[in-house]
Amino acid sequence: MQDRYEPRIIAFCCNWCSYAGADLAGVSRIQYPPNARIIRVMCSGMVHPNLVINALTKGADGVLVCG
Amino acid sequence: MINLTINDRPVEVQPGTTVLEAARQMGINIPTLCHYEGVKPYGGCRLCLVEVTLGPRTQLTASCTYPVAEGLKVLTDTEGVLEGRRFVMDLLLSRCPEVPVLQEMARQLGVMEPSFAKGASDCILCGKCVRVCHELQHVGAIGLVGRGAKREVTTPFGEFSKICRTCGACEFVCPTGHFADIGKVSGKTPKPKLSEFNVGLNSRGNIYRLYPQAVPNTPVIDAKNCVHLLTGDCGVCAQTCPAGAIDYEQKEQDLTLKVGSVILAPGFKPFDPTPLKAYGYGRYPNVFTSLEFERILSPGGPFQGHVKRRSDGKEPKKIAWLHCVGSRSNKEGEKPYCSNFCCMVALKQAIIAREHIGPDLDMALFYMDMRTPRKDFEKYYVRIKDQGARLIRSRVHTVRSVGNNGDLEVRYITETGEVQDETFEAVVLSVGMVIPPATKELAINLDVPLGPNDFVMASCFEPVTTYREGIYSCGAFNGPKDIPQTVMEGSAAAAAASRALAAGRGTLIREKVFPPEVEVWGEPPRVGVFVCNCGLNIGGVADVPAIAAYARGIAGVEYVQENLFSCSQDAQAQMAEMIREHNLNRVVVAACSPSTHAPIFQDMLRNAGLNKYLFEMANIRNQCTWVHLNEPGAATAKCQDLVNMAVAKARLLQPLEYITVGINRKALVIGGGVTGMTSALALADQGYEVHLAERKDRLGGNALKLHTTWRGGLVRPRLEALMDKVTKHPQITIHYHAIVEEVSGIVGNFNSKLSTGQTINHGIVVIAIGAEPYRPEGLYLYKQNPNVLLSLDLDLEITKKSERLKKAQAAAFIQCVGSRTPERPYCNKVCCAHAVENAIKLKVVNPDMDIYVFYRDMRTYGERETMYQRAREKGVIFIRYLVANPPVVEEADGRIKITVMDQILQRPVEFRVDLLTLATAIIPHENAPLAELYKINLNAEGFFTEAHAKIKPVEASTEGIYLAGLCHYPKPLQESVAEALACASRANTILSREFLQLESIISNPIDENCDGCAFCVDACPFKAITLLEYMKDGSVKKTVEVNAVQCKGCGSCMATCPKQGIYVAGFTPEQLEAQVEAALGLI
Repeated sequence: MQDRYEPRIIAFCCNWCSYAGADLAGVSRIQYPPNARIIRVMCSGMVHPNLVINALTKGADGVLVCG
Repeated sequence: MINLTINDRPVEVQPGTTVLEAARQMGINIPTLCHYEGVKPYGGCRLCLVEVTLGPRTQLTASCTYPVAEGLKVLTDTEGVLEGRRFVMDLLLSRCPEVPVLQEMARQLGVMEPSFAKGASDCILCGKCVRVCHELQHVGAIGLVGRGAKREVTTPFGEFSKICRTCGACEFVCPTGHFADIGKVSGKTPKPKLSEFNVGLNSRGNIYRLYPQAVPNTPVIDAKNCVHLLTGDCGVCAQTCPAGAIDYEQKEQDLTLKVGSVILAPGFKPFDPTPLKAYGYGRYPNVFTSLEFERILSPGGPFQGHVKRRSDGKEPKKIAWLHCVGSRSNKEGEKPYCSNFCCMVALKQAIIAREHIGPDLDMALFYMDMRTPRKDFEKYYVRIKDQGARLIRSRVHTVRSVGNNGDLEVRYITETGEVQDETFEAVVLSVGMVIPPATKELAINLDVPLGPNDFVMASCFEPVTTYREGIYSCGAFNGPKDIPQTVMEGSAAAAAASRALAAGRGTLIREKVFPPEVEVWGEPPRVGVFVCNCGLNIGGVADVPAIAAYARGIAGVEYVQENLFSCSQDAQAQMAEMIREHNLNRVVVAACSPSTHAPIFQDMLRNAGLNKYLFEMANIRNQCTWVHLNEPGAATAKCQDLVNMAVAKARLLQPLEYITVGINRKALVIGGGVTGMTSALALADQGYEVHLAERKDRLGGNALKLHTTWRGGLVRPRLEALMDKVTKHPQITIHYHAIVEEVSGIVGNFNSKLSTGQTINHGIVVIAIGAEPYRPEGLYLYKQNPNVLLSLDLDLEITKKSERLKKAQAAAFIQCVGSRTPERPYCNKVCCAHAVENAIKLKVVNPDMDIYVFYRDMRTYGERETMYQRAREKGVIFIRYLVANPPVVEEADGRIKITVMDQILQRPVEFRVDLLTLATAIIPHENAPLAELYKINLNAEGFFTEAHAKIKPVEASTEGIYLAGLCHYPKPLQESVAEALACASRANTILSREFLQLESIISNPIDENCDGCAFCVDACPFKAITLLEYMKDGSVKKTVEVNAVQCKGCGSCMATCPKQGIYVAGFTPEQLEAQVEAALGLI
């Protein structure tokens, strides 16, 4: 089990929609894999391209910008 | 107190505590099946094995029965312990191989297949049920009998128990589902308690939430069925609730309140179709009311949104909707009025059912007139026709069961009189609304007069004021209506009710005072981390002590604490105390979602003397433990990451200035018709200075031409009284010939320049500029024959009591002239009632006059329906025409000849009349310039668009701008007046304040980095950024400026800026970068 590849995903979620959606997934007890780390932003439009590239170069296996 | 160590961590507990309880207090999870709070431990399942060492002796034992002892060493996760648990699990699974709970637990422990011969039981003999029945319920209906292989849970002698109360506690606590049918114990069939919210379509627990959005959203105990409240036994919930929130002593209370006004908003009840035998409701399981079907369609409903028949759970592929069930009927037990909302309910349900079931769903709607008069409803109706719904104009005779598969046959009569039968898999009755007896009683007790249909009697000019002074009413109690209308009337009633109380406004408010804020600039971060257990919501899954221990190791963290419920009042006070005691200057709460709880904790920060923006939340409940319920290890690790990320950001947080703007407490009302005047007067009566701008030289607008309202009240005297009040009101300044030409500023501080030259400074604006009738040049002899009139012209004739009305032997009305067409796909809402009202008036002038109304759908919605009935009784003839085949109007022998294809006779019919009235469309004025000035939207037809059709019906999408009357959409005077009041009410929420508190999470330009490229200016969706030039060191420096009020902090500027010249406070690139690095474990 430990040898299985587990990607590390950074998710930028908009405060008004997808972050609220992630909260709702919790309220609804929807189960999903624990690989993503959600960073709350006020709008997906505030995510600078550099932020995405830096995350990838620093070791993230995936970046999700959700809004 | 006893000191021991668990997994090498010291802990101090009360004597008598078991090892299991001590471990749980530390947040260490030990699996168990037989343990239950409040009953004696039994050691039945043996799964809770741990290794205990006392003195020289080490042994494996069940932790639930082993009491703590001084110096005891406990290990809960050694290989030996796990091996022991696997062996126990293997035995349990061998005995009960088919029990899903055991299979899942076994899988988690690594036992895939039982090693022993498989049994067929579903009882692990843990005795939980027996102990609960004895010790908590004090009944003892069941016991463990027999020995060895014959041991089982049963009643004495295996007979039905005479003492069992069928309370279901055994079923509730059984871990394996052995008591799926407790009827086996008592011989009685337990009756499920049906969910009231889901109209009895599914069952609910005895402790339940009324519905998901209930306010307050606290569970309640059904006292009528509570064992504890009835017998004093049980009390399991109080023992189980970790917050100690169960209070059995709560009672209904009588309160006496001293108030200045009362608003009645008691709502309605859906019509009960059970007595109408012809529809088979209550007899045939697959006949539903629209409310039942609404719950079935809801994802939060009884079947999670899956459409199922009551008889067999099958998904119906062919559904009939029956309109007007209980409405528009003079039969005993039915209601003569139209319930207004049910046509749309049927249309909406057809559309949603099709989304759920699929495009092959056969939808048939049986209706008399399709009534979709509200804004955008007509388009909805057109859309469902395009999706293939069959709209069948008919009256349904009966619904009966055919065959034995639950299908239903609908027998109906078409417009041409043919009897048809068609079979459906389900039938939905679109039931109307009724005022229940209790509401009627309330009105009688309050001395509020009701009309013949039990709705509140009110004048069209004061639609939310009852005839008892000081009592106001709104919503369905005032007459059948839909959601937008009730929401709007709610605000209107608030305006009317607060009018007389204006002098006392704000006198009972207690201002919240916070201590002065501690200066933290330049101080190194001292972060406090508070990790919440949220009862078991977090602590039951993740290892909270491990999270707290991890947090202690993060750089900058000075203080860490675990809370049971961080949001509870005592925890709040204690946290504030810790902030002060430890000089914390940044706070992280690891708990639930900032969307719901940040304000509570931010207030706590302010109470502790910290700026509220020095706060960050780690969302370890909604976005971690709740979504990783079965992975405690991974959940704990993720929680630790989330805390690390929050601390990483918190270290970089800076206090932000609270932004407030002063409010100019004046109103501008544009439009001097009834709507504008009503709004102006309502605002002026609240004590605000009001400027009323009218483009003409007089007040009154369209109402000057109206004869009566639909209720029959004369318009003129009331209009004159209103004009008199407005012109004489000291707070109102009227600007005639005034058009708004320039606008600057935003909510709280608008500057509007009028064509009269004056500039008005105002905090809010009400737009009520009305609309005008469509003039159908070249159609139906309009302007070619003097006896062809528009509806308002006929009103003037009636007001004048003109000669030609008296002489006319026949008159006709043509409805929907220029409306409900592809060019203007909307209904005017007023013309059907207006035509019917005028037809009756003509019949009064000359009872022998022949009157014909040519219509497409008669939309006399609500109680206007009774007027339609009266017109028919008086001999007015209603003839339906098709839009594809409109009436032909010609001159013949000095009269007007109308030829129309009669839909009942299916042949052309000719009429000769002396007077023809055209109900033409109401079209907007040229609204675009005003929309442009105030930056608000128009819909495709040119009417102003509200912020939200249902919940913000009178607010424009830009704050501080309100819409009322015809410029928003055609509507009768009564509704315009209510909207005018609603605008005043909404405006009052701004004008009553001295300052507006704004969010400080907004963009901040960095002048030295900004070269004025203006990329951000274009990117800003709120037009909050302006380009500036100023002289710096002898040359022109370009830079940008952010309007703090317009900026919503979306940060589009920040992502667009190539120079890092602008950032959003609280979401700076450094802060976001730090969160990324923390998430990747780099810091």
